[in-house]
Amino acid sequence: MQEYVLMLVGTALVNNVVLVKFLGLCPTMGTSGKVETALGMGMATTFVMTLSSVLAWAIESALLAPFELGFLRTLTFILVIAAVVQFTEMVVRRVSQPLYQALGIFLPLITTNCAVLGVALLNVQEGHGFIQSLLYGFGSAFGFSLILIVLAGLRERVALADVPAPFAGAPISFVIAGLLSLAFMGFAGISTR
Amino acid sequence: MLTAVGSLTVLGITLGTLLGIAAKYLAVQGDALEAELEGLLPGSNCGQCGFAGCKAAAAALAAGNAQVTLCPPGGRAVAATLAAKMGHAFDAGGTAEAEPLVAFVHEGRCIGCSRCIQKCSSDGIVGAPKQIHTVLSDACHGCGKCVSECPTEGIEMMPIPVTLATWHWHKPAPQAIDTRAKAEA
Amino acid sequence: MKLFRIRGGVHVEHRKELSSEQAIVTLPLPAWLYIPLQQHIGAPAEPVVVEGDVVLKGQLLAKAGSAVSAPLHAPTSGRIAQIGDWMAPHPSGLTQRTIILESDGRDQWCEPLLPIDDPFAADAKTIAARAAECGLVGMGGAAFPTAVKLDLGTRIKLDTLVINGAECEPYLTCDDRLMRERTDEVLDGVRIMAHALGVERIVVAIETNKPQALAIMTQAVAAGGWSKITVTGIPARYPMGSERHLVHVLTGRETPARKLTADIGVVVHNVATARAVHHAVRHGRPLVARVMTVSGQAVRRPQNIEVPLGTLVAELIDHCGGLTEPPARLLSGGPMMGQPLPGRKVPVIKGTSGILALSAVELHGGPVQPCIKCGTCVSVCPCGLVPLEMASYIRKDRLDAAAKIGVQDCVGCGSCAYACPAHIPLVHYFNYAKGRLSAQEREQRKRDRIKRLAVARADRMEKIAKAKREAMAARKAAAKKPEAVAGSAQA
Repeated sequence: MQEYVLMLVGTALVNNVVLVKFLGLCPTMGTSGKVETALGMGMATTFVMTLSSVLAWAIESALLAPFELGFLRTLTFILVIAAVVQFTEMVVRRVSQPLYQALGIFLPLITTNCAVLGVALLNVQEGHGFIQSLLYGFGSAFGFSLILIVLAGLRERVALADVPAPFAGAPISFVIAGLLSLAFMGFAGISTR
Repeated sequence: MLTAVGSLTVLGITLGTLLGIAAKYLAVQGDALEAELEGLLPGSNCGQCGFAGCKAAAAALAAGNAQVTLCPPGGRAVAATLAAKMGHAFDAGGTAEAEPLVAFVHEGRCIGCSRCIQKCSSDGIVGAPKQIHTVLSDACHGCGKCVSECPTEGIEMMPIPVTLATWHWHKPAPQAIDTRAKAEA
Repeated sequence: MKLFRIRGGVHVEHRKELSSEQAIVTLPLPAWLYIPLQQHIGAPAEPVVVEGDVVLKGQLLAKAGSAVSAPLHAPTSGRIAQIGDWMAPHPSGLTQRTIILESDGRDQWCEPLLPIDDPFAADAKTIAARAAECGLVGMGGAAFPTAVKLDLGTRIKLDTLVINGAECEPYLTCDDRLMRERTDEVLDGVRIMAHALGVERIVVAIETNKPQALAIMTQAVAAGGWSKITVTGIPARYPMGSERHLVHVLTGRETPARKLTADIGVVVHNVATARAVHHAVRHGRPLVARVMTVSGQAVRRPQNIEVPLGTLVAELIDHCGGLTEPPARLLSGGPMMGQPLPGRKVPVIKGTSGILALSAVELHGGPVQPCIKCGTCVSVCPCGLVPLEMASYIRKDRLDAAAKIGVQDCVGCGSCAYACPAHIPLVHYFNYAKGRLSAQEREQRKRDRIKRLAVARADRMEKIAKAKREAMAARKAAAKKPEAVAGSAQA
């Protein structure tokens, strides 16, 4: 039990997928303009990441490991992720048309989010079981969403300030993300091994 | 080798089938976007956007064949609401708001031919044959069709005059000012 | 009497010593008077006289333009020289339709209306009708037609009438002097208004920086034996005189946003309005003059003057000894909420409580610096808004976001701008935002109207075309029939 809690805290905060592992920066920067968009994107990515982590574990244990098809790992994982993202797109479009419009191209781009593939591959590398894969995927996604929302809140406030022209938009957002990353280094003292 | 190809094929077919079934159950009904966009446009069918009326403009917007800035009478306000409906960000800075104009009939030149009345899509001109015509500025949306129609060039587009009821303070200057200095006009 | 605390507000130097000990004097009759047709909230008045007419003092010059409007009366006897455009006492410098009256020097009153013998036996409608006929409006500055606020008792349940003797704006002392010198007239008007409104409780609120007024009013109420009236001192804190905040201090009830104080059972009237009601009801005299304060260090002799409406500010200042220096600010009203005047050749109107000519040393402000979100403005806002947030949205043209956090509920008191350590012109931002939002609403209403007109026209054209087609078809059918008959007859 404690192991699972530690895993969640570890993946969400200590080894945060965006600020510590530096994965998935493109969708982070692309959808952290407004808090509503960030929330929507976070929820979509959580769904995708958790589901694909579990499916990837299933593929690994049922297909790739027994038949020694390790070389097919990247291919099959991407296939699974793409299918899950397609499904998520359909759900979002059905549930909330404005959110679908707001996310735009970033929704299908979750397929190419290196964090999703990265988490799936890390699960294999760490040799996680079913529950562990599930929690690892969910925890990472939760951390991703958290950073997305925090960054969106900060960017909304910075948009109201007098940012010098060369820094306006993406540059100042990266500076803020960098400062957040520094802050999250504070968690490094917590051992989760 | 065979297991690799075979397993990939099976995986592909399974996922594809599942997605196909999902697509059927999660299908989205016809695009209500066009109707909503049409509701946001002024609806006076003036044609300044280049399309044959507001319905055609809404269709073009929904299809992505037109910009949100297509409507001059709507101005920045309508462009912003269109952008919000379509989920785009709208940068107002790049566009200059065209000053709204209303038509004005120079009574000395009016011959009462009523050709302008035929053209006005919002009943903005009152007049009868051989009587002097006048424009109801509250009903004029500034399309300018009456101007080209008048045979004596008796109609001119003019800016709407500011009155005590419509005047408001300007935006404070962004650069550093001294609030103790002589008040600007 | 138990008082409640309001949030926010600022302590300003009241600077009333310049004019508080000056007894009310009457301005000598000016030769020319300029009476604008819009001196009140509501529709402008409509002239009933034409150029060349000879009028007597108090004669009707313009009738009320709508249900929420007020008539205008001649401030003196004379001849109507012109009805045209004259510069309005408004920061825009725009002109408005004004009746220009040339005085004949005789100052002859017309036949007054019949006094209402026993106002306490008359009903609310009669008293309100008299107030309407005499052109009474709120004299605190807002100039809302008093008649509308006098028969509210017939429509809404009311329990308290509050008489606003707070005069929280610095420099202004006209209400103070009125309470000291015209005590009986004020109290009579108060009692008449209370009767019209049907309230059980009357509270006269006076700021504690006016001890003589407090003493005199308390004494007069005690002498008259009117137990329903309570005279109470309230702390001298700006903006105590604001209607909503005054009601909160006295009753503990907060008026909901976008609602009136009447909706929580309280009506507020100014002391000068009460005096005007007394004159209208007891003597049948319409509103043709008012007491105002002329003050500021740039004026040689600050004083409180009874001025005929329509007097030019230039004449008023000349009577007070003229200017000692070119004023850094020329204001109508107080320094916190007063409007800058575009010049001195503008007339004073019913809502002008004071004319201030301030010199540079009297101004409070400085070079504008960036906002560091210190939050001083938040702690002083009496309406509980967040000025720094609203201003940062308005700076970036996000007026909808500013409206969402309540910029329309701002009363414009100026506490935030006064308290801001960076001297940011906050009230200017909010007035700009309110103005632009109103303009946007107006444009939206116009677009809706034009859409209705365009649709109606399209329908009409369609109907005409259809009728034409049907008539054509009927005619064709009728043309065929006689041929058939003729054909058969021939056959």
